[in-house]
Parts: sequence; C-alpha cells; structure tokens
Amino acid sequence: MSLDQPDLELSPKVSDEIRKTTCYMCACRCGIDVHMKDGKVAYIEGNKDHPVNKGVLCAKGSAGIMQHNAPSRLRAPLKRVGPRGSGEFEEISWEEALTIATKTLAPVRKKAPEKLAFFTGRDQSQSFTSFWAQGFGTPNYAAHGGFCSVNMAAAGIYTMGGAFWEFGQPDWDHTKLFMLFGVAEDHDSNPIKMGIGKIKERGARMIGVNPIRTGYNAVADDWVGITPGTDGLFILAMVHCLMKAGKIDLEYLGRFTNASVLVNEDPKSEQFGLFLRDADGQPQVIDRNTGELAAWNGKGVEPDLSATHRHKGVTHRPVFHQMADRYMADSYSPEAVEDRCGIPAKRIRAIAADLARVAFDEAIELDRPWTDFRGKKHDKMVGRPVSFHAMRGISAHSNGFQTCRALHVLQILLGSVETPGGMRFKPPYPKPATAHPKPHGKVTPGAALDGPHLGYVQGPEDLLLSEDGSPTRIDKAYTWENPMSAHGLMHMVISNAHAGDPYKIDTLFMYMANMSWNSSMNTGGVMNMLTDTNEDGSYVIPNIIYSDAYSSEMVAYADLVLPDTTYLERHDCISLLDRPISEADGVADAIRWPVVEPDRDVRGFQSVLCELGARLNLPGFVNDDGSQKYKDYADYITNHIRRPGIGPLAGFRTGEDGLQGGRGASNESQIDNYIANGGFWVEHVPENAAYYKPFSMDYQSWAVKMGFFDAVQPYIFQLYVEPMRKFQLAAEGIGTRQPPEHLRKQVLETMDPLPIWYPPFEDAHVDPIEYPIHALTQRPMAMYHSWGTQNAWLRQIHGHNPLYVPTGIWESNGFKDGDWARVSSTHGSITVPVAHQASLNKDTVWTWNAIGKRKGAWALDESASEATKGFLLNHLIHELLPPKGDGMRWANSDPITGQAAWFDLRVKIEKTTAPAESKPIMPAIKSPVGKGPKDQAWKVGK
Amino acid sequence: MTTLPPPSAKKLGLVIDLDTCVGCHACVVSCKGWNTENYGAPLSDQNAYSGAASGTFLNRVHSYEVQPPILKDKPAAPAQLIHFPKSCLHCEDAPCVTVCPTGASYKRVEDGIVLVNEKDCIGCGLCAWACPYGARELDEKAGVMKKCTLCVDRIYNENLPEEDRQPACVRTCPSGARHFGDLGDETSDVSILVAERGGFDLMPEQGTKPTNKYLPPRPKDVEPEYDILAPYLEPIAEDGKGFVGWLDKALSALPGGAK
Amino acid sequence: MHPAPSVIFFTTFSGLGYGLLFWLGIGMPAPTGWVAFVFFAIAYIMAVGGLLASTFHLGRPERAIKAFSQWRSSWLSREGICAVATLLIMAIYGAGLVFFGAEWTILGWLGAIGALLTVFTTSMIYAQLKTVPRWKHWTTPTLFLLLSIGGGALFSGNVKIAIPLFVIAGALQAFAWFHGDGRFNASGTTMETATGLGHIGKVRAFEPPHTGTNYLMKEFIHVVGRRHATQLRIVALVLGFVIPVILLLLGAKHVLGLLAVVSHVAGILALRWLFFAQAEHVVGLYYGKR
Ligand SMILES: Nc1nc2c(c(=O)[nH]1)N[C@H]1C(S)=C(S)[C@@H](COP(=O)(O)OP(=O)(O)OC[C@H]3O[C@@H](n4cnc5c(=O)[nH]c(N)nc54)[C@H](O)[C@@H]3O)O[C@H]1N2
Ligand SMILES: Nc1nc2c(c(=O)[nH]1)N[C@H]1C(S)=C(S)[C@@H](COP(=O)(O)OP(=O)(O)OC[C@H]3O[C@@H](n4cnc5c(=O)[nH]c(N)nc54)[C@H](O)[C@@H]3O)O[C@H]1N2
Ligand code: SF4
Ligand code: SF4
Ligand code: SF4
Ligand code: SF4
Ligand code: SF4
Ligand SMILES: [Mo]
Repeated sequence: MSLDQPDLELSPKVSDEIRKTTCYMCACRCGIDVHMKDGKVAYIEGNKDHPVNKGVLCAKGSAGIMQHNAPSRLRAPLKRVGPRGSGEFEEISWEEALTIATKTLAPVRKKAPEKLAFFTGRDQSQSFTSFWAQGFGTPNYAAHGGFCSVNMAAAGIYTMGGAFWEFGQPDWDHTKLFMLFGVAEDHDSNPIKMGIGKIKERGARMIGVNPIRTGYNAVADDWVGITPGTDGLFILAMVHCLMKAGKIDLEYLGRFTNASVLVNEDPKSEQFGLFLRDADGQPQVIDRNTGELAAWNGKGVEPDLSATHRHKGVTHRPVFHQMADRYMADSYSPEAVEDRCGIPAKRIRAIAADLARVAFDEAIELDRPWTDFRGKKHDKMVGRPVSFHAMRGISAHSNGFQTCRALHVLQILLGSVETPGGMRFKPPYPKPATAHPKPHGKVTPGAALDGPHLGYVQGPEDLLLSEDGSPTRIDKAYTWENPMSAHGLMHMVISNAHAGDPYKIDTLFMYMANMSWNSSMNTGGVMNMLTDTNEDGSYVIPNIIYSDAYSSEMVAYADLVLPDTTYLERHDCISLLDRPISEADGVADAIRWPVVEPDRDVRGFQSVLCELGARLNLPGFVNDDGSQKYKDYADYITNHIRRPGIGPLAGFRTGEDGLQGGRGASNESQIDNYIANGGFWVEHVPENAAYYKPFSMDYQSWAVKMGFFDAVQPYIFQLYVEPMRKFQLAAEGIGTRQPPEHLRKQVLETMDPLPIWYPPFEDAHVDPIEYPIHALTQRPMAMYHSWGTQNAWLRQIHGHNPLYVPTGIWESNGFKDGDWARVSSTHGSITVPVAHQASLNKDTVWTWNAIGKRKGAWALDESASEATKGFLLNHLIHELLPPKGDGMRWANSDPITGQAAWFDLRVKIEKTTAPAESKPIMPAIKSPVGKGPKDQAWKVGK
Repeated sequence: MTTLPPPSAKKLGLVIDLDTCVGCHACVVSCKGWNTENYGAPLSDQNAYSGAASGTFLNRVHSYEVQPPILKDKPAAPAQLIHFPKSCLHCEDAPCVTVCPTGASYKRVEDGIVLVNEKDCIGCGLCAWACPYGARELDEKAGVMKKCTLCVDRIYNENLPEEDRQPACVRTCPSGARHFGDLGDETSDVSILVAERGGFDLMPEQGTKPTNKYLPPRPKDVEPEYDILAPYLEPIAEDGKGFVGWLDKALSALPGGAK
Repeated sequence: MHPAPSVIFFTTFSGLGYGLLFWLGIGMPAPTGWVAFVFFAIAYIMAVGGLLASTFHLGRPERAIKAFSQWRSSWLSREGICAVATLLIMAIYGAGLVFFGAEWTILGWLGAIGALLTVFTTSMIYAQLKTVPRWKHWTTPTLFLLLSIGGGALFSGNVKIAIPLFVIAGALQAFAWFHGDGRFNASGTTMETATGLGHIGKVRAFEPPHTGTNYLMKEFIHVVGRRHATQLRIVALVLGFVIPVILLLLGAKHVLGLLAVVSHVAGILALRWLFFAQAEHVVGLYYGKR
C-alpha cells in the first residue's frame, strides 16, 4: 500500500459570523468571540483585543455553550402550587407574574417599604438594582459582598482606597517577587493566571501562602502552608522584622501615608487617639521645612515622620511612633508567633529579608516625570518590585478585616502600593473611604430612600440605628455588631427575617443567589426557616419572589419565579458605576447583548425590573406622565443619567466634537458602538498618571476629566484608620452613641485603628481540643459555585468532591483510598468520602466548594454523583456561633464588617463504614424543567 | 495508511510547561469545544446529566503529588503538586499507527501529525491499546477513534487570522503553559525552550519517540541561604525609642533632610 | 484490561475452531460425508462464531471489510486475512470431504497452516503490545497455539495427543502466570517515567482529570484482587487441564468425552478472562492504578 493519505480539508469554514460579547460564566467578565453557525452558537473563544483576557479563556468560559444549552434553563415564569420546597410549580404568563409581583409589592411600599428585603447575589448590575431598591424606599438592599469578601474590600478602601481584584492588581510586568495570600482562584481568574505566566516567563519569584498547595500555590516557587486564621500574625511578624531593620520606605511613608499625622496621646482626653486637626478639620503634620504644624496636604509641605508636638498640654505623636512601639515589641517577633502560624521563625525572617532585598536592593526606576498633590515634581517613578495579592483566605475569617489591613500596611511600609513593580489600582479606583457615600436608611412610606444604601461610615454617627438603638436594616448592617459592614450581610437576612429580629418582613425578593443551598451557612436550617409556618399555617416569611435562570435549589423555595435569560441572550452593562472591567493601565467597561434571542418565555431580569418599577410607580422608572420610562434594560443603559454627563456606560458618549469616552451626553447608538468595538470600551491611563494615582495630579486631573469624580481628591494612605478609633472611643464611654453593654468589649478589642491580630472567634466558642481540625473549601478553577453543575462538560471534571485529609490525620485514622468519614462540628455532622493529600497543612482538611447538589435540582437525574457522593461543607457552618450562655446571638462574622467567617470552621473527623450516599440526605425536589437527555453530541454545523 | 512514513523534517507538536500549568482545565474544555464542532464526529457525552457521566475528551489534565526524598539531617521538604495536561504526543514511532488494521490511523508525511481518518475507522480500539499515553478515546456514539488532531483544521486554516492559526488549547491557555511549534527545527521557539529548560519525553523506554515535550517544574522550596539574607534584617533598633532615634538620623539623610 | 465478553468468547472459540480445523486439515481425522459435515460444522461454528463475536466490540462493524487492507504492518489485519483465507480454503477442502469424499491433501495442509497462522496472528495482536508487559512475551503466542491445537485435538478426538498437549499447556500457563506477574515491574515503565517527575521524588496520583469515568479507565483499568486471581487460576487450571486429562485417561468416550470438552472450554474461558483481566496497561499509571 502506498503512503497516500486522505485529502484533508485544512481550511474548513470556522463560522458564519463572530459576535463579540462578555462572558458570564463567572465574575471575571472576559471578552468572548461567539462563533455562530446557522444562527446558533457553535463555538466560544476568547477575544484577543479584550483588556481583561486578551484572547485566553478559562474552562468555564469555553464551556459556555453547554451553559447556554443547559436542560436546566427555566422556561417560563413559575407560580408555586405545592408546598414551599417541593418544587411543584405551574408555568404562568409574564402578565400574570408581573401582576402578582405588583400586587405583593405595592402595598408594602405604601405602608412599610422596609418590609421588602431585596437582596441580589452575584449581581453585576448593582448600580441598577440598588437604584431600583432606593426608589422603592426599602433600606434592605445589598448584594452578596457581605458573605463574600467585604473584609478585603473594606480594609482596602479604608486603608488605601482600594484592595485587590476589582480595585487593583500586581504590576505583572515589573514585579520581581510576588506573594499570594489565601487565593485559590479569585474573581480575577484569567488575569491572575496570565500574570503568573508572565512572572514565570521572566523568572521572577512567587510565594504562595496557603494551608493548601493546589492551583496557583502549586506553581509557586515557595509554599508557606500556614495554619488557617493566623496570617495576621505572620504578616505583623514580618512588619516587626522590617521595622526593626529599618527596611521601610521612609520617603514614601512620610509623603504619602498618614504615618506622619499627629495623634492625641492623652488617655484622659476625649480626643485620645484622634488626629490633631486644624480649623478646617485637616489632619496635622509637622513640616520638615519649617518644623511647624501644617495640614497634611499643604503646598510644599514635607511631613515629618518623627517630630512630636505638644498642643494645649497634650502630647501628639505621629502615627509612626505608635507603630514602632507596637510592632517592634517582642510579642510580634517571629519567635513569638511561629507555633501559632505553623511557620518556623527562621522562615518568617527569610521571607521578610527577601522582601527587603527585592524592595530596596532591586528597586527599579521608570523615567516618567510626575507631580504630586503638594506641587512637588518628581522626575522618576521609583519602584519597589514586590507585590502582593490576597483574597478570601485572609478575608473570610472573623479576624479578616484586621488581617487584610495588616497586609495593606505591610505593602505600604515597603512603598510598593501604586509604585512600579508593586500593587496597582484599576481606574476608577483608587477612591478613599471619604469619597464614597455613607450608608442611608431613612424610610418614608410611599417614597424613595434618602440616599444610597451602602457606603463607608466615618464614626458612630453614621450607624444605621433607629431612635431606640435597634437596627434599621434587616441584616443589622451598620450596627454595633458590625459597624463597617460596607456590603451588607446577605447571609443574615433569612435568619433575621425568620427570627423577626430586628423585625418581621413581608417579602423576600432575591436575585441570582442560591440561598437554600451553597451560599448559605447552615443550609438545612435555612431550608427550615424558608418553609417554617406560623400557627395559622401561613409562612413565617410570607412572600418569596426569586429570579434565577436555571432550576437551582433556591427556585423550589420561591412562591413566584421570574426566569432570567442566559448570558448570551440579554443586555447587560458592566459599568464604571459598579465593578468595571478596568485594568491598571486602562479604564474599561463592557456590555453583553443578545447574540441569540431566547427560545423560551424568559426575560432579562433587569428589563423585568424596568417594567415592575414602572408598575410600582418608582421614581426614576416612570416619566412625568406616569408611563414606563425605560422600555427595557438596553434603554436604561443608553439613556439613564446618574450625574451630569455620566451614565451606566462611559464609552461612546456624545461630546461636542462627536463621540468620546468618559463624560458626555447619552448616545442612542451607544450599544451598537460597543458591539462594533467588540463589546467593550477602553481608554488608556496616560503614562505619567499610571502610578502614584492617589497622590498624582496627573492622574487626578485625568480622573476628573473622565468623570470618575467631579473634583480632584488626592489623599494619603491611612495606616491608622481614625474612624475605627472613634468606635473605640464610644465603647470607652465617650459620645452620645455608645455600644450596648454586651458589645463594648468586642468593639474595644477588635476595632483597633492599627492592625492587630486576635484569634478567630470560633476558637473561643468551640473547644479546640475536641474539634482540633480546620476545615476549608476552595473554588475549583473549572466550576463556578453551583452554576457549573448543569454543564455537561464541566460536571465530568468535578462531579463529586472528596474531603482532602493531610498525611498525619490520614494515617492516624487508618484511612485507605475509597474510605468515608464522619466529619462533625459543634453544629452538625456530615458523612463523606475522603482522599489523601500530603501537600496540606497538618491540621487542615478541605474540599471543593459547592460541588454537592440537592437531588432533583439542575435538571439532573437523581443518580447524579453530585447528590450521591458530593457534599456541601456548609451543613457544618452556622451563621451564629454556638451560644455562650449569655443569651446573645453571636454572629459567625467579622465584628467589624460582618463578613461571614466561612473559614473559621473547626471539626473532628472519624472513619466510618461507607454509606450508600453521602449524608445528610435531603429529599429530592421536583424539577420544574424535567431532566436532561441521557447522552448528547452537540454540533450545530454540518 | 498504517506504515509509518519516513520521519518528516517538520515535526509539529506541543511543549507543555509543568512549572507554569495551574491545572485550570481551560485547554481541556476549549479542545472539547473546538473538536466537537470541527474535525469529524462531535465528541459525545454519555450519562451527560446523570450518574457515572463520561464523555470523549482529547486532552485531560491529571495532577500528581511528588514527595521529595526525606533526608536525615534536613527538615522534610514539603510534597509538591504538579498539574499534568496530556494529549497525543504525535510520536515519531507511533505504535498506534502500525497496529491499525484499516489504515485509518496515519501519520502525516508533511508534518508528522498523527490522525485518524474517521471514514475508515472500524472502532476496533487496538490503536488505543497500543498507545502508552492514553491519548486515544473511542467515541461511544460515533463508534470511531478520537484523538488530538493538533488542531490540523486550525493551524493551516486560511479562514482564520494568522495569529489564530494555533491549536485551540494553546490559544486559550491563560497561564501560557502550552507552546506550539516545529520541534524538527532546532531554531524554532519551541526547540529553544526545550533546550533551555531541559524538556523531556514521557515514557522514553516505550520507544515511541514523542514529538511533544514537557518542561520540568523549576526547583521548589529551595532552602534560602540564611547567611546571605541575614544582613537584610540587621536591627537598627531594639524598641520604639531606639527606633525614633534611628528615624531622626535616617530622615536627615534623606534628600532635603537636614533641618 | 477490561475483560470484554466478546473478546474472551472470540479468542476462546476461534482458537478452538481453528485448532479443530488444523487437525482436520492434516487429516487427523479425515472423515467424509455426514461425519465430516458434523466435524466441519463444529469447527466453523466455533471459528466463525468467535470471529463474529469479535466484531461486537467494533464501533463500526459495518466497515469491517476495511480491516483487510493493512497486512503489511498490522497483526489485526493479518489475522483477518488469515482467518478468512483459512476458512475459504478449508471450506473447499471440507466440501471435498463432505460431498465428494475426496481428501485434497495439499489444500488440507494449506488450510492447517492457515489455521495455525490465524491463531498465531491473533496472539500477536496481544504479544506485540509493549503497553501491556504481561502480554509482550513469547509465552503469549506459544500458549495461544498450544491451547488451540490442544483444544482442537480434544475436539477432533486425538485424545492421545490432547493429553500431553494439555499437560504442557497447563505447565506453560502456570509458568506464564508466574513470570507474567513480575513483568510490569520489570518493564521499567513506572509513574516516574510516565510523568518524568521522578527526579523530584516519589510520584503519587493526586486528582484524576475528571471525577467521572472515561473510555480509557473502562477499557484499561481493571483491578483483580490478588486472592481472587489465585483462586481463579486454580479453577482455570483444574477445569481446563486437570479434569479433562483425568477424564480422558478414564476413557474418552461419550459422556466422559463431552464432560472433558465442557470442562476444557470452561477452563479456557476462565483462563482468557484472567488473560485480559490481569493484564495491566501502562496507561493505568497515569491514573495511579494498574
Ligand atoms: N462552604 C462555603 N460556602 C460558601 C463559600 C465558601 O467559600 N465556602 N463562598 C461563599 C461566597 S464568597 C459566595 S459569593 C457564595 C456564592 O453562592 P451563590 O451566590 O449562591 O452562587 P451561585 O451558585 O453562583 O448561585 C447563584 C444563582 O444564580 C443563578 N444564576 C446563574 N446565572 C444566572 C443568570 O444569568 N440570571 C439569574 N437570574 N440567575 C442566574 C444560579 O442558577 C444560582 O442559582 O457562596 C458562599 N458559600
Ligand atoms: N472558578 C471559579 N472562580 C471563582 C468562583 C468560583 O466558584 N469558581 N467564585 C468567585 C467568588 S464568588 C469569589 S468570592 C472568589 C473567591 O476566590 P478565592 O479567594 O480564591 O476563594 P476560595 O476558593 O474560597 O479560596 C480561598 C483560599 O484561601 C485559603 N485559605 C483559607 N483559610 C486561609 C487562611 O487562614 N490563610 C491563608 N493564607 N489561606 C487560607 C484556601 O485554602 C483557599 O485556597 O472566586 C471567584 N471566582
Ligand atoms: S474567567 Fe472564565 S468564566 Fe470567568 S469570565 Fe473569564 S472566561 Fe468567563
Ligand atoms: S501519543 Fe499515543 S496516540 Fe499519539 S502518536 Fe503516540 S502512541 Fe499514537
Ligand atoms: S480504532 Fe480505528 S484507528 Fe484505531 S486501530 Fe481500529 S480502525 Fe484503526
Ligand atoms: S492541539 Fe487541538 S486537538 Fe490537540 S489537545 Fe490541543 S486543542 Fe485538542
Ligand atoms: S490551560 Fe494551561 S494552565 Fe490550564 S490546565 Fe491547560 S495547560 Fe494548564
Ligand atoms: Mo464570593
């Protein structure tokens, strides 16, 4: 036989057309090229021009086609016909659905708008949904940030005007040493991977600090397998070493941080611990040029880091003195913390030394002149090429806020925030806490709320408390339990509403949050609360309206389901008013648009809110004549004006000489312009404004031009967060608003204006000897929470989840492959399969998050491994800590922000015979959409 | 045809960097997506929405834990975790080709890509038996053998922009752990990478002479040279007071410092 | 390897069928008329039945004809050609015996050689595979041939020959098992060579690429318990060789002969089950299994 080979078609037609939109298989929001054949979605790949992903796409993004086709998609509005939780529904028309919703909500608004709790999950339209809620007049609105990563966000905003992910990123192109704390995946999924790739290519070093060595931490050059909840100790020990060695950036600290601001040192003063301020209220420093007091931002002022000042008989010392006193103490030495952290002191020192070496010996300079806000011209940009990134591993603990603060302070001491090679903000960030709104909660029946719901408090006066001191909000955000709860506390809503504490509600309206399953702590308890009835048989939570796109576990608990479209079927806007897609070098926003029309009776949720808003006569949603103002979300995106010249989208606005980015009048063809541009808009930060953004006049004036804010607002980093001290002062008995007795101690001990560490709360409530093991979850890179399960491709990769157990525990229990274990916390117990992992902190077990599923959900067959072998760790976690005997409900949250403390969990583990299925076993819910086909082979082309 | 052609000068293949792969499975799914819609029958899934789901994939990512030897006088180095993507290695001495009874399996004369001509394949499975790497999967629905095509319908595809003429998995890999090129050309980027980083073959003893190469993970958890690092933390003061004294001195040394 | 019933059936019965054809081909015995018809019918039922069974595991059996094309390199292709050629030749030879009472000796011998070649080519499909160290050994073709002509001898009534062949086959099978048990380890293919990570340390599979299953795992990874295997080996030896030999020694007629056949066939089926089930493919290493 000859060597002839078949003739291959090497240039087959790839598609009829490419439609460019934005991925929503997760919150990273990459640009995608959707290849169409015969009007159907044939293949999805990354958009090479897109600022976020530059062509790459993760597993979820590539599997988007299976999400879009999933058999679990809801098909029409649903009205509950069986009992709550059964999954028995009838399909109804949109007219009927909207009528029911209007009839439920109109009386609430008229009488007591706070009786609507409107909470949204992984909502990417928060500036819109909050606008709707504000119009409705309820104070009870938030998205999922409170249980997600508010510690990180709030600590970042209060300290330096931004944290990681949505606010900032490492300077991937210049950094030489990159340290990653507590990240498995993060929202910045593709950029982090691209960044790690870049670092590796350049031969720069990466250190992973994580109890678990998988994913990013597996490729790190060094792995620090820290004991959960102790990062604050580790970080502050490094601060100790660096301060002791004087390896800190004094110039940077003096000029660009409040290290030089003078603090009242008199314990008897009502101002104790507060800043010395001038008549304009500006914090005071000593100017090194004159040796005199000056405002921090005075022209030409050179703040002195060291000079003290006596004023009216009270000594005022700069913040930096306090820091030296505190962090140089032996209690912060590596030797003092090594046992608790599980990291040898020698290793801590070595890492600190390496940070010092790279930051100062390998400093880089960019030849870019810039001018700071005091008018000083700098001819170079000096870089300290060490960078940090962190997420929920340090955030989702009850000491997370302080730990996140500690990390930011470490970065700042090294002079590596907003300098080349360090951590960089993404416009429209940085934005200090003072430039954010304060929270609002004043309710007027039949009218809008007095302002935006969420914001940044500056002291006790900003708390949302009613006359009698009770919480204004159902989730008790902005109360003494968690004064700086900048994102609300979605995880407390159902629990509080059920308990009627602080009050009962009428309607729970939720969007895109699987609250009866993976996004709740105490999953079983939440199901009971959602189905619990009063004596007369009515539900304790009277009405539940929910919008989902798929047949999730939560759908079964709604009375009315508003079916959303898939992400390829609707308009969306990823707005600068919200969480945009910007990168450090460019400001950017993006849209989604219907690359295909829905083939079911479903509607984009935002469009539904436009109509419902009009039916309810909400301000902003009706014209003067009472008619509906926005036909749909696309109309809103195009025509809504937030502030003069500012709308949801910043690109392609109408200016005097045609289209322009930033400010401008609305533009009827804006969405078409976006589509033509690949679904996004980006404008690059000018070179001389690309670093030092908070302090750089070059950046500040560009930011004003672009409309991020209306007047320049340079600021300095807050190593010392004065508002926290104000809460402490109140707890010490000063001022008119003081915490209730039972919370005084907590406020005093936790709200330290300089970073501290205290043990995670669970350790104090749970016997660490009986429950010696830390139990964690991690995001699998190829799955998005519960969404991934309905995806025929992804569920083959993660169809069930074992509990990974470190060698010591593995051996002492005599575990073998295929074994099962009973895992218990004080709150409950689960029986699950175990697997061995050697590269794991010796006191930690973990599993992949949200793989376990309820039988009957997601159009899966009841045999699905997600329900038979998969499990949720959430059954072991409670939203409240075990009672202390003081009759109080102590929340399992950070006492400063209310961040859910998922990772404080302690368990014990024992070997057990393999059950038929993982436990607890929940009864199946009835699927409102039937089941998926047995086999499939998807091809739309010939 | 089943006999192997003489080795081609051009040897197209992949180079996979085990130091960089974060195990995200992006390459797995983009491969599934592209090859479901293109080259031959779609890659099918069985029990797609029920228990024991399985389906055809041409590229899969394993992960391994490697425990460095525990030496007497040193603290044990921690175990390492390595993600390990694997698809067809386009072997030069491809046993999967010579066993094929129908001639469906063949190695391309011009570039060495190993392919299955699905029109001729009887689905006997023998080629999969012959492949040491598990690079071939019989598609249950189509009844024919499936394997990585090196995206032969992309890399030469004139309907794609030049920059997109690379395998789907390479184009999508977020961390840049996958490289595509001509390993027959010593001057190509991939060959240089292999030479510089010590790229290696899988199961060399099987004698398959894989074209694809793997780059080893860089050394990890290397004990730092404490002596060299120590001076960086030489104390300038022991407590807050001493620190303030040092600070005054240090500040006056800064530009514009002398008060 | 997955012990697929179709392949166990195929190798067992086509081996016996071609074994019988071999003896018929060399004229031992050389019956004519109805008796010949019965002998040939039995041989063809087994050989063709086996071949048909083997097509059950094809994804595309309707294209089986294409399998004859690659005789230059493929043992499977060669086997197909030998099998069909032998059947054709022996059909003519058999027709001579049945219908014409004629013994076309040369044709018979050609067919007999063809039968041996068929069995040999079948065995080489397995013996060629470097990926399955247990199979890649001279004992594989030798045993296939021995079992084929041994079983053929039994079916063809060549009892005196069958007995020693069974004894040799049993002994060789025992040796093959014993020796085969160590061949995977001796092959030099390990998780370390499979992953190339041996220079760092000891390699252990952590997470498989998917939690579900796949073709490779179903086809190549089949773990037989050690104790279970030993028991089955004994059963196979006893059924396949010991009992038939005893029965044959007791007198090979009628019931006893039939029992010997049944026992032998059952033994060979068990032995073939083990042949597949115990064969470990190197790909299992990637899954941390063998
Ligand atoms: N044990 C443990 N539990 C955790 C965590 C943890 O680390 N450990 N993490 C917590 C964190 S940070 C988070 S953010 C939560 C996440 O938990 P959830 O917010 O509940 O996450 P998802 O599973 O993504 O569920 C969102 C819902 O949105 C629906 N959905 C998907 N696409 C659309 C759409 O286009 N439109 C509409 N209307 N709905 C859609 C999905 O079907 C699903 O029901 O989990 C929390 N739970
Ligand atoms: N693929 C995918 N991407 C996602 C999501 C998803 O579900 N899938 N979810 C999105 C959402 S909502 C969020 S909030 C982000 C979260 O992204 P991540 O912050 O990466 O969240 P987790 O996966 O919960 O990872 C937490 C990490 O912290 C580690 N950790 C736990 N406790 C400690 C500790 O005390 N110290 C240290 N140093 N580490 C600790 C855990 O081992 C784990 O690696 O991911 C987003 N991106
Ligand atoms: S990271 Fe993946 S899932 Fe998330 S938006 Fe990007 S491509 Fe989509
Ligand atoms: S990897 Fe396997 S399938 Fe690919 S050429 Fe080599 S032997 Fe053949
Ligand atoms: S399965 Fe197809 S490609 Fe593989 S050996 Fe058989 S006929 Fe050839
Ligand atoms: S080269 Fe193409 S076919 Fe091969 S693994 Fe990559 S994407 Fe799949
Ligand atoms: S896409 Fe790249 S990083 Fe992700 S698993 Fe594949 S090779 Fe590894
Ligand atoms: Mo989250």
